[in-house]
Amino acid sequence: MKLKKSIAISENGFVFNPEIGTSFTTNSLGVAILKQLKNSTTKEKIRDSISTSYDVDAVTCEKDLDDFLRMLDQYNLIEN
Amino acid sequence: MTAKKNITVAVTGLNAIDSPGPGVSVIRGLRDSKEYNVRIIGLVYEILEPGIYMDGLVDKVYQIPYPSNGFDVMLERFKYIHNADKIDLVIPNFDAELMAFIKLKPYFKEMGINLLIPNKEQFDDRLKGNLNEYGDKHGIKVPKSESVHSIKELEKEIEEFDFPVVIKGKFYDAYIAHTLEQAIEYFHKIAAKWGTPIILQQFIKGNEFNVTAIGDGKGTMVGAVPMRKTFLTDKGKAWAGISIDDPKLVEMARNIITNTKWPGGMELELMKEDKTGDLYLLEINPRFPAWIYLAVGCGQNHPEMLMKMAMGEKVEPIKTYDVGKMFIRYAYDMICDLDKYAQLSIHGEV
Repeated sequence: MKLKKSIAISENGFVFNPEIGTSFTTNSLGVAILKQLKNSTTKEKIRDSISTSYDVDAVTCEKDLDDFLRMLDQYNLIEN
Repeated sequence: MTAKKNITVAVTGLNAIDSPGPGVSVIRGLRDSKEYNVRIIGLVYEILEPGIYMDGLVDKVYQIPYPSNGFDVMLERFKYIHNADKIDLVIPNFDAELMAFIKLKPYFKEMGINLLIPNKEQFDDRLKGNLNEYGDKHGIKVPKSESVHSIKELEKEIEEFDFPVVIKGKFYDAYIAHTLEQAIEYFHKIAAKWGTPIILQQFIKGNEFNVTAIGDGKGTMVGAVPMRKTFLTDKGKAWAGISIDDPKLVEMARNIITNTKWPGGMELELMKEDKTGDLYLLEINPRFPAWIYLAVGCGQNHPEMLMKMAMGEKVEPIKTYDVGKMFIRYAYDMICDLDKYAQLSIHGEV
């Protein structure tokens, strides 16, 4: 799963899709995930890094990450 | 450094209301020209068109007759205006007046007034009622459309559509009808304002996109900027919008301009279907849109390009523009003295 190349992410959590002009806001964790997706980091690696940084068990982390990725897909931010 | 050239340009569409004419934005683009000192003549149908009263927008204003008053009346008025204020170029900005300017064009040529507008065939081909044929001719997806002139025709033709159906006027206005009763109500509403035919159009669920584009009349597109409306008025007009990066939209504009050898500005209204991602052409407006100043803000000054081409200058195509630039309209109460209004009411010019 990879974020569309053209998606712009700012440090303060503003996300802009220039293809269709939609914009979103997210928190610092969202920004961190988006940046990793942009660098083609695998879902497993993202999950592990969140799990370590935020002291969350892997199962909960994976479930929340899946929800977030599904939302990104719905918002047309993921490369098909 | 070369001196700026002087030019006098007459512009219509100064009705900067909730469903605005493009005139004010076109003038802003012309005023931004780095090569021309532009003297602006505002041409107005109504004496309360806001552009008349905006500071520094127009240098002179003339009231002109509606095209429905007849060709001769319009021609006489332009002879008078041209005699008083030598005009180099006219930029019409309304769909409804364009046929009159197409007829005036040869007379304008004799008078030394330039116009860069489509000819009758180009104008007619893109009419809403002819859009299906237009799509077939140019290989573009178009929602199924049917023109009707009476309720009887509407009742018959609407059976070929699934509800909801879009009910559109030949020049302006569009409503989404979910029942036959609503369709009849909208037919009457639009017909009373704009006459017939009324167009029935298949409803496409998706996101609407617009492209403003400009052609040189020889098959070259010299500029195009796509936009998505981000805030709509209750009439569906853009109150805010953002420039986007979608090469497919620009390519569609290029194909249309190349195939039709379109001269001057045009606006494409397109719908990207949610289900399939397919692009459908909803309308081609034969003029700049009211949001044309967004193109200027994105680095493509289409009004200036039109002015240069109309004056016989070669204009190099611009293929880049800033993505993510927004426009936001605002309403503003101007406080005006009565003299301008009085002068225009009595003399038809100010």
